[in-house]
Order: sequence, then structure tokens, then C-alpha cells
Amino acid sequence: MSEAQEFKYIGQRTIRPDGFDKVTGRAQYGADLNLPGMIWGRTLRSPHAHARILAIDTSRAEAHPDVFAVVTFKDFGNVQSEKINAGEGAADMLDLARNCLADDKALYHGHAIAAVAARTERAADDALALIDVKYEVLPPVLNVEDAMKDDAPILHEDQFTQGYEETPSSPSNIATRVEMKIGDVEAGFAEADVVIEREFRTPTAHQGYIEPHACTARYDENGQSMIWCCTQGHFDVRTSTAKLLGLDLGRLKVIASEIGGGFGGKTVVYQEPVALALSRKAGRPVKMVMNRDEVFIATGPTSAARLKAKVGAKKDGTITAMQGWMAYEAGAFKGSPMMPGVMTMYTPYDCANLLVEGFDVVLNKSKVAAYRAPGAPQAEFAAEMVVSEVAEALGMDPIELRLKNAAKEGTQTIYGPKFKAVGLVECLEAARDSEHYKSAVPEGCGRGIASGFWFNIGGQSSVLINMNTDGTGTILEGSPDIGGSRASMQMMAAEVLQIEPSCLKPIVADTDSLPYSEGTGGSRVTFATGMAVIEAATNVVTQVRERAAAIWNVTAEQVDYADGVATNTAGEDKMTLAEVCEAAKKTGGQISGTGNINARGPGPGFAVHVCDVKVDKETGKVDVVRYTAIQDAGKAIHPSYVEGQYQGGAVQGIGWALNEEYIFNEDGVMENPGFLDYRIPLASDLPMIETVIVEVPNAFHPYGVRGVGESGIIPPLAAVGWAVGDAIDRKVTELPCSPPRVLSLIQSG
Amino acid sequence: MAKSHVSTTINGEAVEFLCEPGDTLLDVLRNELQMTGTKEGCGSGDCGACSVTLNGRLVCSCLVLGVEADGAEVGTIEGIGSNDELHVIQQKFLEHAALQCGVCTPGLIVSTKALLEENPDPTEEEARYYLAGNLCRCTGYDKIIRAVMDAAETMRGGA
Amino acid sequence: MAIVVFSGELQRFTGEERTRVQALRYREIVAELLERYDALTEENLMDMAVAIDGEIIHTPLLETVGENSELHFLHRISGG
Repeated sequence: MSEAQEFKYIGQRTIRPDGFDKVTGRAQYGADLNLPGMIWGRTLRSPHAHARILAIDTSRAEAHPDVFAVVTFKDFGNVQSEKINAGEGAADMLDLARNCLADDKALYHGHAIAAVAARTERAADDALALIDVKYEVLPPVLNVEDAMKDDAPILHEDQFTQGYEETPSSPSNIATRVEMKIGDVEAGFAEADVVIEREFRTPTAHQGYIEPHACTARYDENGQSMIWCCTQGHFDVRTSTAKLLGLDLGRLKVIASEIGGGFGGKTVVYQEPVALALSRKAGRPVKMVMNRDEVFIATGPTSAARLKAKVGAKKDGTITAMQGWMAYEAGAFKGSPMMPGVMTMYTPYDCANLLVEGFDVVLNKSKVAAYRAPGAPQAEFAAEMVVSEVAEALGMDPIELRLKNAAKEGTQTIYGPKFKAVGLVECLEAARDSEHYKSAVPEGCGRGIASGFWFNIGGQSSVLINMNTDGTGTILEGSPDIGGSRASMQMMAAEVLQIEPSCLKPIVADTDSLPYSEGTGGSRVTFATGMAVIEAATNVVTQVRERAAAIWNVTAEQVDYADGVATNTAGEDKMTLAEVCEAAKKTGGQISGTGNINARGPGPGFAVHVCDVKVDKETGKVDVVRYTAIQDAGKAIHPSYVEGQYQGGAVQGIGWALNEEYIFNEDGVMENPGFLDYRIPLASDLPMIETVIVEVPNAFHPYGVRGVGESGIIPPLAAVGWAVGDAIDRKVTELPCSPPRVLSLIQSG
Repeated sequence: MAKSHVSTTINGEAVEFLCEPGDTLLDVLRNELQMTGTKEGCGSGDCGACSVTLNGRLVCSCLVLGVEADGAEVGTIEGIGSNDELHVIQQKFLEHAALQCGVCTPGLIVSTKALLEENPDPTEEEARYYLAGNLCRCTGYDKIIRAVMDAAETMRGGA
Repeated sequence: MAIVVFSGELQRFTGEERTRVQALRYREIVAELLERYDALTEENLMDMAVAIDGEIIHTPLLETVGENSELHFLHRISGG
């Protein structure tokens, strides 16, 4: 894909096909399915951040008249340690099982211990109080500094740090240590005229989707078990649940409900295997819906991190060396997104000398889950703050410094390959040329700019397009639609089939109806599932030409297909797509096209944001007064939803930078598990979010598409952080810039 | 505990139901009456996903008891627009792509309707403050505010 | 001959940053590398994605590379 292509439907702003159901309240989400005979499940959670479980006595709960079943870890099958596909780190099936229901240890406040199914939700809640758990309370480990000490209380006696020449012989809370490098940083720093080094800290933050985790499960001994749930990947729910309960995949159907946000947090299972285990024991369908406080204490969040960044540059702005160090909190089980943190930290820069070291550290907090560009916002926050400080020290414009050192085609990345065409330079230029950046910083305000890089992924997608006899069709895809992707699928299929998008109905099919598809994540759906749609639709066109050829007694090569019409180039005949579909019964049966692919060649996504903030110097409250988000989409299939990704990512990042953080007491209990005290951005907190879609085509996609979902959350942390510092003439090193923290920075004078 | 008998009006239709004294109006709507268009995001009045009107006043149905609906008029998302024709607000939300996951959308549409009934010509700032009780995590609110302002203009009979 | 470039993680096992391989099929490349580096195990490689001339491929089992291709093993990213 090189020269610009002409499109008939792609690039338009169509009405999404699932829109009607979503504005009328008809769309069914995770908690919206009730089944005949259904009962309710609730979860007993650990009141301790770290404790040995000596005994669980469920007999009093089981004797409750409304209780049908109680389950504990023992109700899972014989779970084996086994690597599984779940998030960024090396996830393990046994860890997953022990996170769904604790085995011999409670590892965080809120850790699920047992679950009850009862006639009503209230009865189930009442019965939880009848479960007697004997704990031996252990000292909790609550930050990475403590967790990494040699004499720290150890969470897992069988965990030995991976990543050193020789694996240590004593267990450690450090699960993995990684080092990546290019060139020689010592030599690079020696060449520098300016070297800036700082330490940073970012908080535990939650994905904050509005819909709590919810599912309805029905066990069936004849192989018709079913789970309905809100998830980013129903095929992965099936894999995990089937493993935990000892079922064959073919005996469990998982239906993806509409999903009320995920941002990575709904890529792993929590309640689904528990609900099915309860249903198996109770002989009835079981529904489980988390409360908001459970969502906060027991799902998500993303890693809090400690970071160091050191950057050296010559007087002319050439960056000569970049060094980083980071320790990410994994929560109770290994698998923080430290690795992508290491890989992304300095990737927006073309620098010959790089060294980044990372640590994945377990401690007594809930196990982290993926969150939009997992691991990148923390690492790139540290990097971008220091790069901006280098620009300041050199007296250079921060965009000019970035342009001078920007990663571009041919740049060697720290994680391996050299870049093909990427759009960072174009994004930086668009930022520099924006009306926003050219305008003066308003009186009393500060301005920050920052770049962000995320890989984006490809992966497995399965698609089936079934044509109806009237020429309309159904697109079955396996990727839950979390932000309007059905519209993109419809447009891409329409582009290939050359018919109105509204003639095609996209459906998120259940696990019985399609081969395995990876979940919605990694900004992969419009890219990878879109490629599968293009393949399936192309497959339909091939068949249409063959069928028309059969009717006209010519070869398929003699049939042209354009504008929804097949034309016999050897004669006068024409047939519309509808006519070919209608005649399919005479030419070999109905027409359907498949696209079962493992998409390769995802295009890296760069973003650049510009932010102006106003700081109330009396209270420390920060208001974002103007914000511009610029990002390379490769090719925007549906520009409105691309802009929506930029704006949504920007605002999540603004929330992370300004207010969002878990507050723990000394026992490891989260003290703000609700939207009142864990404050995500409100409509009244924000200005309009201006967007610029840059399009530098991805060479590996037929239309040039890059993923757009994640990069936008990366720049805000440093764009906001730097702007706040600029407004108060201080250096921000810790997020969030909440009023008390900003006030104390101001007063630190 | 004995259930209470409640007679109410929902979206103009007379409705009767039985509920526990502790059941919220949200519980009743979703679990007794199978009206699942109203969503639960927090159960504590912080997110607005469960917004409904009670005697014309915008409330979080998770903070209202089912028994409080007795003799009252309740308005939910199911009462806005019809099969034949969406309400202008709904149409504008679609045109402006003002939803991504869509779970906050019913609450936002109920709130926007209440806003525009109270104040047909809000400034952007007024709209932002009125809707501050409706959390959206996907959109960053930009397209929602555009949809609301456009709906207001259309409903006023503007261009 | 294709060039294989090792990430920092893999250099711990290979002791060098790059090498040339005769084979052009992924499976044979892996076999050749395992033969060459005692410390390297199949597990070290099988959990990784590869990039062939910059194109990242999640599950490269059946891939072939060109005579002058550059091949990188890298950590498999999944995203949010």
C-alpha cells in the first residue's frame, strides 16, 4: 500500500449499525440477561491484604434456606501451572485460578475467598456472613521499595527472579528483571552538554469502565453450558473457564453481551468460572454482578510505578543517550506491563545509545490487568518529562527538540526491528503548526506537549460473511464491539462488495458460531478483524464472479465486478449482487465468505498532545483549559470514531495525570473505592478536545490502517504534568497532580 | 419481610409491582419489570447511568426506593422516542458519534432531555455542569456536548 | 543468508547481538539457533513474536525469510 487510494465508503461518517439499540436502552449488556429459574451469586472477599487461609467452613451458609450452593477454590478442577494468553506479562493458569478464588493465601484486600448462590442477591449477601474463614494475618507488602528488599515478607515461596544470568536461589517478590539496550550510554552521556536525570512516581489507577463486571452462567451436564458476559474476549473467557472447570471447549458456549467499557480490564476472567461452578453445584442458572467497590478493589487496575529517566543532549539538541529504570507493581501475581514499559519508554526517539532496566514486582494489592497501551503511559511519562526539561535547559522549543530526534523510517527500536514508515514527524509538525500551539499561552496558565508511542497488535481474527438471497448479508465477527467497531466492519465489507453499508449487518458471534478470535484489545479490531472482513468479503466477490460465470458459461476471469454488479466482459450480460445471490441455489448453493487470519504487520501508532492548564494557586486545583490531540491513524475508516478514540484516550490520561489514584491505608485497604472519591473526569472538568487525524499509511494493511485505540492515553501524563509545572514554576515528578500535591509543590517554593 | 404493593405510572403506562422495602427503584425496573435500559454503574448516585425522572425531576434511580414510586410518574429511557422515530436527542447522539460503549448513553439521554426541558438554550458550560452527574469513560465528553448543543438548537427550531 | 538480531533478553543466552543463518524457513532457523547456542532453549524463542524486515508476526511458525532478510525475536505484546 503506497499511493493514496480512492474509497467509496471508507472515510465517511455513517451511523453505527448498533446505534439504535444503544440510544433506546434496548442493547443488552452484561447484567441485562435473566433466565428462568435463575439465582444470584455473591463473593466473599478477604478483609486482609495478606493472610494465610487456615480453614473455610461453609456449613452454616449452606444451611441457609435460600442458599443453593457455596464454592471455594477446591471446586475448580485440578488446575495446573500453564502459560496462558492474558495481558502483558507471562500469565499463568494457576495464578488466574487463585485470583478467581484464593487457594491457601489471601493476597490482597478484596481477594475472592468463596462464593454463594442464593435465591436473591440479598440472601446471597446475607449468607456470605455465615461463611467462617480462619485467617493467620501476615504483614502486607504495599510498595515496590519494600517489596524489593531482601528481608521483605514473601508473597510466593516458589517465585524466583527471572532475568539474571543465574536464577537466584532464594524466593523474591521480584518476578522478572529485564534489561534492553542499544549502543553505549556511558559514551553517549560523555558526549552530552546537558544531562537531566529525575525520579518519578505514578499511582495505581483503574480503567474505570462504567459497567461493572457481570455474567449469567448456566451449567449443563449434556454439553450445552453457556456463559453470557461482558468481556473484551469471549473466546478467552471460554478457554479460561473450561480449563478451570475441566470442560472441553465444545461443551461451553460463551456469548459476548454488549460491553460497557473495558480499556483492557475486561480481558481476564474474575466471576465467570465462579458463576459456572456455582451453577454446576446448584443446578440452576447463576447471575453475578459486581458492585462498584468490588470493581475497584478486585479488578483492574494498572500498575503504580517508580521510574528514573536520564537524558543527555548536545547544545544543538542532538540527544546522545537515554537511560531508564522502572519498577512496576504487578499486584498479587506476576505479570505487570513492565516489559512494554521498557520497550516503549524512549521509542519516539532516534537515539544511538539506550539502556532501560525494568522490574516486575509482586505485592499485596489486586493483580493488575491491561489498561490501554499497558505499561507505556508510566514509562513515557518519565521520558517525556525529562525530554521537555532538556529542551528547557537548552533553551529550545520542545517540539523542535523532538523533531530533531524523532523516530522515523529506518530508526532502530530498542525492542528489535527498524521502523517502516511511521507518522511521528507528521504529528509533531501538525502540533507545531496547530492554531493551539501557535497561540500565546494564556495568562496564568502553563503549557505542556508530549509524544506517545504504542505498538498496536495484529493477531487472530475469524470472520464469516453470509450472503442472503436478496443480496444483503451478515458479517459474523468474533471481536466484541467496545467503541463502534461494527461500523468499521460494515464499511470495509461494503467497500469490497461495493454495496451500501446498511445492506450488511455486523454481528458479534458467540464462540459456537465462529473459530477462535482474539479479544478486543491492543488496538487490533479495526486493523486485524478488519483485514479478516476484507478477506471474507473478497472471498464473496470471488464466488460471485464464479457463479455469474457459471450462469453465462464463461470463465470467472471474464467476469468483472464493480459497483455491486457483475458484468460479462465476453458478452452483454449484467447481474446485480442480489441477482447472483438469488441464483445461488442453481449454481452450487448459498454464498458465504470466510476470513480466518492471524493478522501480521500492525502499524506503530504515534500521538502528540498539546495541553494548557490553569492552576488555582490558593487551592492547587488544576483545570485543563485547552487540549489538542494529534495522532497517526494510518487511514481513518470512520473518522468520528477515530476522533472519539483520541478524545477518550486523552481524557483518561488527563484523569490519571490530575486526580485518579488508589489511596491505601497502612493495612493495604483501599480507602476510596467509589466514583465519589476515585474521581474520574466529569463533563464539567473539561474543555472540548481538539483532534487532528494524521494519515501515514501502514505499509502492511490493504487500506493503510493502524490501530488507534491506545496511543492517545500516553501523552497526557507528561503533557498535563509539564503544563502544571510550567504554570507554577516547579518540576512535577509525581502523579496525580491533585490539589493537595500541587499545593504542597507550590508551597515547597 | 412482607412485600409492598406499589401502583405507579411508568412512561405514561399504569404499572403495579411488589417489592421489598429495601429494593431500589433501579432494582425494581431492572429485575421486576425487566426494563433493563436503565443501567447500574455504581449504586451510590455517583455515575448517573441509572438516571430516570420521578414526577419530572431527574434522579438516580439507585437512590430512590421502589416504594417511593407509589403514586408517582416515572420516566425512563424506554419512554423516549418510538419505534418509528427516535427523539431528536437520540438522533443527535448517533449523528455525532456521542457514544462508544453506550452503557452511559441511556442515562445521558434521560439527563439531556431533562436539561433541555429546564433550559432549552444552555451554554456549553451550563450543559457540562448539568451533565456532570453522568459519567462517561469512553468519549471524553466532546462529542456528547456537541450532540447536546445540536439537539438543543434543533429542538428550538433553529437551523 | 538471513541475519538474526537478538534482543537484550536473548543476548543473555547467545552472548552476541547478531548472527547469520543458512536456513530460510522459520522452523529451520530456530533449529539452527538452538544448535549454535547451548544456553538458548526452544521455550526462549517460542514465546516470542518475530519481525521479518520490520513486519511483526505473532505466530511465525510457517514463515519463510528472504536471502537478505533481517529477523528479530521480540516480546509478544497484547495491549489493552
